[in-house]
Amino acid sequence: MPEYSKLAIGEIIAKQSFPLTRDSLVRYAGASGDFNTIHYRDDIAKSVGLPGVLAHGMLTMGLAVQPVVSWLGDSGQVLDYGVRFTKPVVVPANGKAVLLVVAKVAVLEEETQRARLDLIVSFEESTVLGKAQVWVQL
Amino acid sequence: MVNPDIQGKRYPRTPSYLVGREKVREFAKAVMAAKECLDLDFARANGHADLVIPPTFPVVIQEQSLAIVLSDPEAQIDFSRVVHGEQKFIYQRPIIAGDELTSELTVSSVKSLGGNHMVTFDTEIFDLENKLVCTAISTLVVRGG
Repeated sequence: MPEYSKLAIGEIIAKQSFPLTRDSLVRYAGASGDFNTIHYRDDIAKSVGLPGVLAHGMLTMGLAVQPVVSWLGDSGQVLDYGVRFTKPVVVPANGKAVLLVVAKVAVLEEETQRARLDLIVSFEESTVLGKAQVWVQL
Repeated sequence: MVNPDIQGKRYPRTPSYLVGREKVREFAKAVMAAKECLDLDFARANGHADLVIPPTFPVVIQEQSLAIVLSDPEAQIDFSRVVHGEQKFIYQRPIIAGDELTSELTVSSVKSLGGNHMVTFDTEIFDLENKLVCTAISTLVVRGG
């Protein structure tokens, strides 16, 4: 378990890449119950004006916090987690879309021994989540 | 389009949802969680009675409350025009497998922005003792046109 006293503002505590394929989207659809067809049907995605089949925003949000969970060793220490969805992630029928997650220490709260970690989540060099912030109890 | 009069409206409590251990594992795999998140002994060593849910799992419960709003004729939300704008989860305590949860949704704001509507929902999630365990806050953008 990470120690509060050893953390420094700006420190990168985790970095991980996540390759997304259509299989990942189907798996998430089943697990979450979100069967919106834009997440697996090319024809429907195109018909509503999208560039292609998109990853569920909640899948991106869900995996982006996992490097923090692994670092903590216990998802029960996550107190608060919020994101803005700023850019869609297009997942090709063949091949994959690779998301890169970098988690940095942004705020340290001495009194409560809590930290805010900011996530930079990028796909093809642009960020796909805004204000992705996780408060954790150490 | 969204009926602005639903701002402040509180929707009825959802039926109870039992957090299943295998559902937690299935969800954890889908969000590419590390293997420890599926390991019961690991969770117990951390002092939990059962597996702890991945941080975004309450979206499943939020979805049940949201379904009530989307089927409310007064709300007039066209789901085919909905895009997820923001999402947040605030925890009072960790949710673990075996928890039986209900939720109650309040429309906290309806805003109009450049032809689109932004609707924010606060879904409060309670345990069997009626204690608040988590608040899920979701902002949906309803495209105009």
